[in-house]
Amino acid sequence: MEKFTEFKNIVTDPYTYCRKYKEETGNKIVGFTCSYTPEEIIYAAGALPFRLFGTDEGIHRADMHLQSYCCSLVRGILEEGLSGRLDFINGVVFPHTCDSIQRLSDIWRLNVTPKFHIDLVLPVKLNTTSARQYLIDVMEKFKKDLESALGVKITDAALSDAIKLYNQIRKLMMKLYTLRAQKPETLKGRDLHSIIKAAMIMDRQLLLKTLSDIVEQTQKAPASKMKPETKKLLLTGGICSHPDIYDIIENAGGVVVWDDLCTGSRYFEGILDEKAPPLEAIAQRYLDRDICPAKHAGLTDRGESLVQMVRQHQADGVVFMLLKFCDPHAFDYPYIKEMLERENIPCMLLDMEEQLPAGGQLQTRFETFIQIL
Amino acid sequence: MKKQISDLLKIIGIFLFGKFKKFTMRFKKSKTMKDIMLVYYSEAKSARLTRKKVAWITSGGPVEPLIAMDVIPVYPENHGAMIGASKMGTGLCETAENMGYSSDLCSYARADIACATVNGGPIGGLPKPDMLVCCNNICGTVLKWYEVQARYFNVPLFVLDTPFCHTGYSEETARYVRSQINEYISFIERACGRKFDYERVKKVGHLSLQGQQLWQKVLDTAAHKPAPLSAFDAFYHLALIVTLRGTPEVIDYYTALVAKMKDRIARGISAVPNEKYRLLWDNLPIWHRTRWLYDKFASHDACLVADTYTSAWCGTMKYIDENNFIDSMAEAYTRIYLNIGVDEMAKMVIAMIDKYDVDGFVLHSNRSCKPYSFGQMDIQRIVEKERGIPCLMIEADMVDERTFSESQISTRIDAFMEIIKERKKHSSSISMAKE
Repeated sequence: MEKFTEFKNIVTDPYTYCRKYKEETGNKIVGFTCSYTPEEIIYAAGALPFRLFGTDEGIHRADMHLQSYCCSLVRGILEEGLSGRLDFINGVVFPHTCDSIQRLSDIWRLNVTPKFHIDLVLPVKLNTTSARQYLIDVMEKFKKDLESALGVKITDAALSDAIKLYNQIRKLMMKLYTLRAQKPETLKGRDLHSIIKAAMIMDRQLLLKTLSDIVEQTQKAPASKMKPETKKLLLTGGICSHPDIYDIIENAGGVVVWDDLCTGSRYFEGILDEKAPPLEAIAQRYLDRDICPAKHAGLTDRGESLVQMVRQHQADGVVFMLLKFCDPHAFDYPYIKEMLERENIPCMLLDMEEQLPAGGQLQTRFETFIQIL
Repeated sequence: MKKQISDLLKIIGIFLFGKFKKFTMRFKKSKTMKDIMLVYYSEAKSARLTRKKVAWITSGGPVEPLIAMDVIPVYPENHGAMIGASKMGTGLCETAENMGYSSDLCSYARADIACATVNGGPIGGLPKPDMLVCCNNICGTVLKWYEVQARYFNVPLFVLDTPFCHTGYSEETARYVRSQINEYISFIERACGRKFDYERVKKVGHLSLQGQQLWQKVLDTAAHKPAPLSAFDAFYHLALIVTLRGTPEVIDYYTALVAKMKDRIARGISAVPNEKYRLLWDNLPIWHRTRWLYDKFASHDACLVADTYTSAWCGTMKYIDENNFIDSMAEAYTRIYLNIGVDEMAKMVIAMIDKYDVDGFVLHSNRSCKPYSFGQMDIQRIVEKERGIPCLMIEADMVDERTFSESQISTRIDAFMEIIKERKKHSSSISMAKE
């Protein structure tokens, strides 16, 4: 589809897109690091929320600040910050998640050219009344911090509008994910990967419009029958920055039908209550949503949720995409794997480094896995 | 049945041994660390017999309410240190890796998770917990680790969530942590089946603060030149302020220790025989190489006189209100050394450099501890800029020996010490010229 090209261009060169966006609209841009960022508040402040993805190429500046045992995501984001390539952003917000992101915020604050820097120190527990209150307090503080940083007033009306917009976007993303499972031929994994990545970068109004078009076109497209031997996979982990994975899986006889990724379903999952006070509605979504393993909402909730996700989407197997040195995910892996095995759901572990293993090798691994399903 | 009987006999044995130790200790002039720890672990391991509850708790966790309720606190991190010091870490870490835990995870966590399943390690495993108390003021790792153990032992877990203080302590953080202290008290009441003892916790709070003050006094003695104790001694004596904080044993032990150090100062006895160079240590000890490192530095007449690690257990006394322990503990537990921004940590490092008048700074880049280690390179730069002293970063792991390269680290320490010696020679010739 032609529309995909637009997304792909943004994802391939987000910085050019942002510079141009800034020039044309005069709007400010706020960088953020993870899906616990209340983008609605940034949008309501009239700024563009822009997810920092980092880089995996030519890293040398970040090596002066981070030891070898730091994950490539944190290292890559810091490299971009230090390189000056992000000079178009007006400031950054760091929601608190893991130990590495926590220190990334400190190192960024001390070393990257001063612009506004907001720490959003979220609760780690997401299952108690006091944590809920604290989360709402933190959202209120973030709103104030952002108002003073951007020199604007964020009205309740603007927040409501932002919530409505994000709700629409999230509903469309959800629809697109569902369509992908039904029509894998029309909507390739690689395309969806570009869309969701672009969704964290581009003008959200434009995103809404383009998404609507794509959903409409995909709905119209004839149902492409999945080959009966094609196996349905579900991805779980933190981020996926390798669109090649989808091609490799598809070539190996599989198809991704759903995911539990920070750059996937966790990003758009959960619709906000449009009638509730805006900040409470925003906070509530984080309490209800599937959690990042750096958060706590019970002892087995992630495993249970994953099993349920597998059932709901009738997946044949699960692929753990574990980023090297990502502690929260690595701690959860053994118990979730055990839980899946108890439910007779096969899974495979893919250790993700900065670079993927050579294409052929990975294809063979997926083929082997898919054969046993 | 046979196994149950033998287990029970074992526990009775441990119990009697502990009682006997405690009895004989009364006749000793000064109790040794070994005696105290033996009694402590025998009491913990025979808790089933004495009908006491056992809580596993993180090293920076709020232990005082447990002590006030006669719950025996057990510290998996202290256990991790013992495993490391007895060089049993690598084997246990490998066991955890076979269970599916990545070799990049914290080695305390790996060793403890493995140990729980095989009852291995230097003391045959820790006594089973009735509850788990996890305070995330030291890291996010303890949360995941305690989740693993809560699933394994199927016991309730309380998480004290202390929001990170990048640039200060906010009002909403204060409210959140304070309300969790109440939740914590209810949690203990449920686990113990009786009302919380608010009177007793006041006394325990006093003892805790007094213990911290005494621990600070112990560490302060190293400001004397030559230092009567080194960081390696502090690593050893630390066990009590971690595990028995809030009990009278700590007071007695550290009171005697302060006196002993003062006596050493008076008699001119130093930790390193011929102390010429004074160094500051950062991060956890490399438990499996403490002796080796002491000898290595001592061979250069260098003494690690202080460290950022052991001082963390007396670093937040300023936030404790002696007359209102329960209210003030929220802030004291939230603003500990590892739960603050890198710049604030650097300030504390510089204050220690000045206080102990050190010639160099040794940073242990610890693969197991990301919140302690990430930011170290910046702290090093700040120290070099602000104080101009040589710094050495060595990469290792506190428990897992596999990442330790002895020959490489040895060479680097030699080179580092050469720089320090040169500089000292230079600066002393300048000061002589001035005179």
